[in-house]
Amino acid sequence: MPYHSVREAVAAFRRAPGLALLSATSIGLSFFVLGTFGLVTYNVDVTLRGIERRVEVVAYLRDDISAAQLELLQNDVRSFPEVEGVNHVSKFEAMRNAMQQLEEFRDVFTDLELNPLPASIEIQLRPDFRDPESVERVANLIALYPFVEDVRFGREWVDKIFQLRRLGGAVAAILGIAFAIVAILIIGTTVRMAVLARREEIIIMRLVGATDGFIRRPFLLEGFITGLVGGVLALVLTYGAHLVVDGSLIDLEWLPSLWTAGGVLAGGLLGLLASGSALRRHLVSYA
Amino acid sequence: MIKLVSVYKEYPRSGLALKNVSFHLRKGEFAFLIGPSGAGKSTVLRLIHMAERPSDGEVRVSGYSSARMKRRDIPRLRRRVGMVFQNFRLLRDRTAAENLSFALEVSGARRGDIKGRVQRLLAQVGLAARAGAYPDELSGGEQQRIAMARALIHDPVVLLADEPMGNLDERASRGVFDLIRDINSSGTAVLMATHDLELVRRYSGYRVIELSEGAVVYDSEVADAVS
Ligand SMILES: Nc1ncnc2c1ncn2[C@@H]1O[C@H](COP(=O)(O)OP(=O)(O)OP(=O)(O)O)[C@@H](O)[C@H]1O
Ligand SMILES: [Mg+2]
Repeated sequence: MPYHSVREAVAAFRRAPGLALLSATSIGLSFFVLGTFGLVTYNVDVTLRGIERRVEVVAYLRDDISAAQLELLQNDVRSFPEVEGVNHVSKFEAMRNAMQQLEEFRDVFTDLELNPLPASIEIQLRPDFRDPESVERVANLIALYPFVEDVRFGREWVDKIFQLRRLGGAVAAILGIAFAIVAILIIGTTVRMAVLARREEIIIMRLVGATDGFIRRPFLLEGFITGLVGGVLALVLTYGAHLVVDGSLIDLEWLPSLWTAGGVLAGGLLGLLASGSALRRHLVSYA
Repeated sequence: MIKLVSVYKEYPRSGLALKNVSFHLRKGEFAFLIGPSGAGKSTVLRLIHMAERPSDGEVRVSGYSSARMKRRDIPRLRRRVGMVFQNFRLLRDRTAAENLSFALEVSGARRGDIKGRVQRLLAQVGLAARAGAYPDELSGGEQQRIAMARALIHDPVVLLADEPMGNLDERASRGVFDLIRDINSSGTAVLMATHDLELVRRYSGYRVIELSEGAVVYDSEVADAVS
């Protein structure tokens, strides 16, 4: 009987608006911290992805490589499943790049007849293969070609990026769990007080033959709504924080709508779960 | 219809409340349950209502058995078994009519039916005129009538009454007991725990089951059969 549940849940909010507000607020604050963290994580992720896109393997070529051999090498490498693109940098281009980037270089090398810089090919990897193992595997394969002098890849970079992301994930998970526990405790207390406030009614319901599900439903609905309200509150606070920081300190991207919708829904589900487990503990005493 | 078979009930701290209690209450029968305080009268009623489970033995009520019953079956049993108490147990923040409609609503009555049934129940217990009164505005006798109306919402096969007149004066008691007899004469079995031996003596035609220290020490039906 959804009508009864809705009416009772609304009555519960009316009966103790302060308590309902308190628990919604506490869920809101917990999720706000999570939301802020999500915002940071998301932006770190966006930045990381930008850095990651630059992960490439560079193969320096011997000066005596022929045009045909170069062609062969490029075609070979391009056919690797890990490889997204291959870009050839000739000796001349290498010199021109160097001179653009380094002024000292310009002075030393302008009139040199002999160009000391080797030609190279720059190899871009597909997104799925930018992890340290794949990068190393590709680099080792390319090093096997006879006219490849040397292979370089940003090994430390690659490792660092992945360490950062793993650390971020772990911190987010720990904080997330900690705040979820706090929110569960608060909702549990709220439900317990709601159960106490409706003690007499529950006794009568049991007496006249109401089912467990029927007795539970208004409390579950109340928990769900409280969680949802908390989720929306967290969303508003997080967006406020985003507005304040974005533009004034650094440029921040706002979260994808799947994250925000998921966050609000997670608030509702957390409320539902917390009141469900609190009910399991507090309704048993009513025979 | 109601059968207790060698029922023992042990409470965690206070020990054995019932010892080897057996009796059979038939459809439409009336029985007084008497005995000194602490004899186990309320415990018997709570067992029949499945608010307690026997520690040993079996309680059978209208096709349900304590031995096989799951928690989720209890609500359906409770709709077959009405119960009233010495202290009425009405919701004080609801009117007489609202107490009845609440009970109907939460125990699965169709919403369209509720209003009509509340009116009929109020009329049945003689309180149609007090529908809008809160429990505190009703006399003890009137409150017990509302509680009885609530016990009757699903046309139970039995009415369990735990000292229903315990808090009432002479006149109110008579009114409530007359109502209980009315209910019984329309086919509902009644099992009534009471201290009022005067009343039991006055209605000597009714069956009497006497408990003492958790055991049945007298059952008029069995005694009659023996003599
Ligand atoms: N919930 C309980 N927990 C522990 N012991 C209980 C409980 N309910 C009853 N008892 C014990 O069981 C025994 C029987 O109690 P019960 O309430 O059935 O007696 P009674 O005949 O109804 O007494 P009274 O006439 O005073 O109402 C008593 O010794 C009582 O202390
Ligand atoms: Mg008693």
